[in-house]
Amino acid sequence: MAQVNTFTLNFGPQHPSAHGVLRLVLELSGEVIERADPHIGLLHRGTEKLIEHKTYAQVTPYFDRLDYCAPMAMEHSFVLATERLLGVELPKRAQYIRVLYAEISRLMSHILNVTSYALDIGAMTPLLWFFEERERLMGFYERVCGARMHANYFRIGGVAKDMPRGLAEDMSLWCENFPKLIDDMESLLTENRIFKQRTVDISPVTIEQAMDWGFSGPMLRAAGVPWDLRKAQPYEVYAELDFDIPVGHKGDAYDRYLVRVEEMRQSVHLMKQCLEKMPAGPIQTDNRKIRPPRREEMKSSMEALIHHFKLFSEGFHVPSGEVYAATEAPKGEFGVYLVADGTNRPYRCAIRSPGYVHLSATDMLARGHMLADITAIIGSLDVVFGEIDR
Amino acid sequence: MTEANSLWPLLSTDSWANSLWPLLSIVLPIALIVGLLMLGVAYLTFFERKIIAAIQLRKGPNVVGPFGLFQPLADGLKLLLKETVIPAWANRGVFILAPLLTFTLAIMAWAVIPFDEGWVIANINVGILYLFAISSAGVYGIIMAGWASNSKYAFLGGLRSAAQMVSYEVSIGFVLVTVLMSAGTLNLSGIVNAQEKGIWYIVPHFPMFVVFFISALAETNRAPFDLPEAESELVAGYNVEYSAMTFGMFFLGEYANMILMSALGAILFLGGWLPPVNVVPFTIVPGALWFFVKIVVLLFVFLWVRATFPRYRYDQLMRLGWKIFLPISLSWVVLTAGVLVAFDFLPRG
Repeated sequence: MAQVNTFTLNFGPQHPSAHGVLRLVLELSGEVIERADPHIGLLHRGTEKLIEHKTYAQVTPYFDRLDYCAPMAMEHSFVLATERLLGVELPKRAQYIRVLYAEISRLMSHILNVTSYALDIGAMTPLLWFFEERERLMGFYERVCGARMHANYFRIGGVAKDMPRGLAEDMSLWCENFPKLIDDMESLLTENRIFKQRTVDISPVTIEQAMDWGFSGPMLRAAGVPWDLRKAQPYEVYAELDFDIPVGHKGDAYDRYLVRVEEMRQSVHLMKQCLEKMPAGPIQTDNRKIRPPRREEMKSSMEALIHHFKLFSEGFHVPSGEVYAATEAPKGEFGVYLVADGTNRPYRCAIRSPGYVHLSATDMLARGHMLADITAIIGSLDVVFGEIDR
Repeated sequence: MTEANSLWPLLSTDSWANSLWPLLSIVLPIALIVGLLMLGVAYLTFFERKIIAAIQLRKGPNVVGPFGLFQPLADGLKLLLKETVIPAWANRGVFILAPLLTFTLAIMAWAVIPFDEGWVIANINVGILYLFAISSAGVYGIIMAGWASNSKYAFLGGLRSAAQMVSYEVSIGFVLVTVLMSAGTLNLSGIVNAQEKGIWYIVPHFPMFVVFFISALAETNRAPFDLPEAESELVAGYNVEYSAMTFGMFFLGEYANMILMSALGAILFLGGWLPPVNVVPFTIVPGALWFFVKIVVLLFVFLWVRATFPRYRYDQLMRLGWKIFLPISLSWVVLTAGVLVAFDFLPRG
């Protein structure tokens, strides 16, 4: 019998649905995928190594640039890790603001993912509808910290600034209107026959497989495991808030879509609760050795001036120790393993990014499916190369 | 000579150009139709961008000229002025021939389309067969492009396109058979005239109209069947290596085919140039205008579908074509034939 060779297709890095710089080497038999080999590293910036040469306060901007679709969710893990090493307690208002912005980040990320996933399958209208709303969310970012993406808003010991007047009202209004748009999008996709044909039973994942491959976030929940760090290991004020964890039962691409859509609704619900329950008060810890002094104070207080100089040059020292802090980022468990040696810089900062773990399962997910399915699979994985390549 | 001049009864009486006239009488209508078609294609792209923009809550082209009306001209000019890149490993001859073929075939088909009573370049009695032959040949342009580009994405796009167009042509064929059985003629003008005496075929053959329209989407490689050029899978499919006017010709061909399929749908099912109701305010409007309106309505549905639906997968598309459309259209052919014979409705020619 003649030897039938597979057809090797280089999918990306310059491919419209490779979601950034994914290079996927596909071995095809006709249109059926025999092997999918993801190549990473095209966006590697050496973040973890760079962090070792920065003071703790200088590190947060690097985290913005990991998952740039949900920047503040990335900052969150790092500031939590450092705060645990320092043993700092946060005022309630700071915690509520953090949760509020973590949920806004989740919405930004899910909006991008769900709609670009639909675009990969060929439905382009949801993307254009939702990007307007995403733009509004970025506007909320901008109003609180001046930047639309790379916020550097979560600071060790609190948040950078308090919310400006009027922002909470605008957010409440947005929370009223956004669910209607989700309904509109669902009317285009959720029960659409073509959309279901393209996603139902595509790359199903059992609970065992999901556990074995280290899935987390919507990928794990779609497989049917109700595991969410916001519930399982509540951080900040999540324990005081009421929200549900959607789970799927097949773990296929369609379930992942449904889980993310429901998470968007839950995030809006959480935003509303935060806005209602948020107390007035300080937004940073009152530990002067960590929180920089206010500018007005520096004009009249010599101690404040000295503290300002010390904090922005040398930075604070973190007692030696190790800590792993994980948050439920939009894409899954985003963890920071921080080793402090008592100096002003992290000795080691290892980052666990969910996208990296999910991407490693591409071959398992794609094998036996067709070329057209690979876009649905990558879309449903929600990969962002900022965090995968670090 | 007189019968060739049916389009130009006034000019044909001129005696000054006895020798030139036969040539002119052939070339002028062709030039007119090609010119109008190119204009139609240009403004179809504009129409498409505006409609989809409206569905997607954005503005669409609005910078070049009033309401962006000169945008298609600017686009066309850009394509004309760009450099045609021919990949080093491409088969040069076939690579250049492919867009020419697609474009030529897309224009040739218009020879038999009647715009109004007697407004047709070639009123041949096998109009439908001619159209069928032309649209079947259209697939060669795409296969040749996919093969000659010597690129993997283009190759897959070409293969997909070939399979898709062949499958859907089968059901379109059966749709045409039902219509021509009802009309008793293969002449497109004759089909419209048959609807004038009876009823528009969309009424008795509504399921066939649906099959025809969906097959037309597939036949012209439009969403949700735009697999050959599926951006998110094959980047741009068979025209991934094409640039400037070689790409422009594929583009013109594709859009001309969309208009052609809409025109065919209007002729076969919507009574061509006939007014919807045969009473005074409707009958004053010229037939060509009715024909135009019907084409525009069908084209709108093309665009509406594109903005609304996701894309089929290759195997699902084939399944739809062979396992659903083929049995439906085949049984409808049998049913129609049975009804026509049983109730003695057969058209007498």
